[in-house]
Amino acid sequence: MKQQSRPLFEVFVRSKRGLDHRHVGSLHAEDPEQALEYARDVYLRRSEGVSLWVVRSTDITASLESDVDSFLDPMDDKDYRHATHYKLPDEVDNM
Amino acid sequence: MDAIQNTALVNYCIALGDDSLTLGHRLSEWCSKGPFLEEDLALSNVALDFIGRARMFYAHAAELEGRGRSEDDIAYLRDCREYRNFLINELPNGDFGFTMARQLMVDVYDTGFFTGLMQSAEPQLAAIAAKAVKESRYHLRRSEEWIKRLGDGTGESHARVQNAFNQLWGYAAEMFEMTADEQLLLEAGIAVDRAGLQSDWDAKMHAVLEESTLDIPAADWTIGGGREGRHSEHLGYLLAELQFLQRAYPGQEW
Repeated sequence: MKQQSRPLFEVFVRSKRGLDHRHVGSLHAEDPEQALEYARDVYLRRSEGVSLWVVRSTDITASLESDVDSFLDPMDDKDYRHATHYKLPDEVDNM
Repeated sequence: MDAIQNTALVNYCIALGDDSLTLGHRLSEWCSKGPFLEEDLALSNVALDFIGRARMFYAHAAELEGRGRSEDDIAYLRDCREYRNFLINELPNGDFGFTMARQLMVDVYDTGFFTGLMQSAEPQLAAIAAKAVKESRYHLRRSEEWIKRLGDGTGESHARVQNAFNQLWGYAAEMFEMTADEQLLLEAGIAVDRAGLQSDWDAKMHAVLEESTLDIPAADWTIGGGREGRHSEHLGYLLAELQFLQRAYPGQEW
């Protein structure tokens, strides 16, 4: 079987009800249905979760490492976007 | 429960364990030889499901028998003629298409059989069946998907899987033939009426094969004998590998 004929899928697992799905890894499959079955066999063998998502890796649009200067760094020096930036009145003990 | 019924029940459990162990062993032979990593893992998972079932049936048989045999003794210290599995389970894997064609036939049968066994008057059998039927539904989902892919795939995959069904078709008959022991247990509400499973099996198989653009093989030959201990030549080789360690080093553990 030709490996390149089977696209890559990213696998997300919800470990418990109420929690978010988390990325756990990836696998190759012919289509989303098969990816879901293999995800069950590859990532949930020890009852690791209650729900699975799979998504074609090519359907994910990702930020670029080379863009970091303009894309993410500018947030570093904007303290006022954090609650801790503001001085609380003494009357407010715990925040 | 009288002694005759107890012996029948022990034999029933052993036969069900033998079906699971022989097919589980065959599937485990795919480990590290699967067509690709994901399928290799999936096949091994299915193999483990069957071996787990064999353990539950053998352990229950050993307990009912009360002669001090363990599940390992039952698996490792019986020869071909004492094995009671359906012949289809002991056949060599062939190519991937053959393995999946056999799996579909067994999975369709198993989902029907274990659904019936869940109603057994014997609570332990009903409990094993409740666990097994969930596994089998998943196995069936896999084998059904694969047969559709292969049957409706390339000319090569279609020809191979059609050839596999042609070779396997006559092995289905014994899955629906009741033994005298089973008849006794059926009357006590313990065993499943396997003869009654055939029409559903036929309907499901026909539907899947049709959707897979495959022909229903001609029903012009059947073969049986597994439940009486009459096997193909293949079981001897299977047991030689399965039992080698315990035969060469009796009682060895690790």
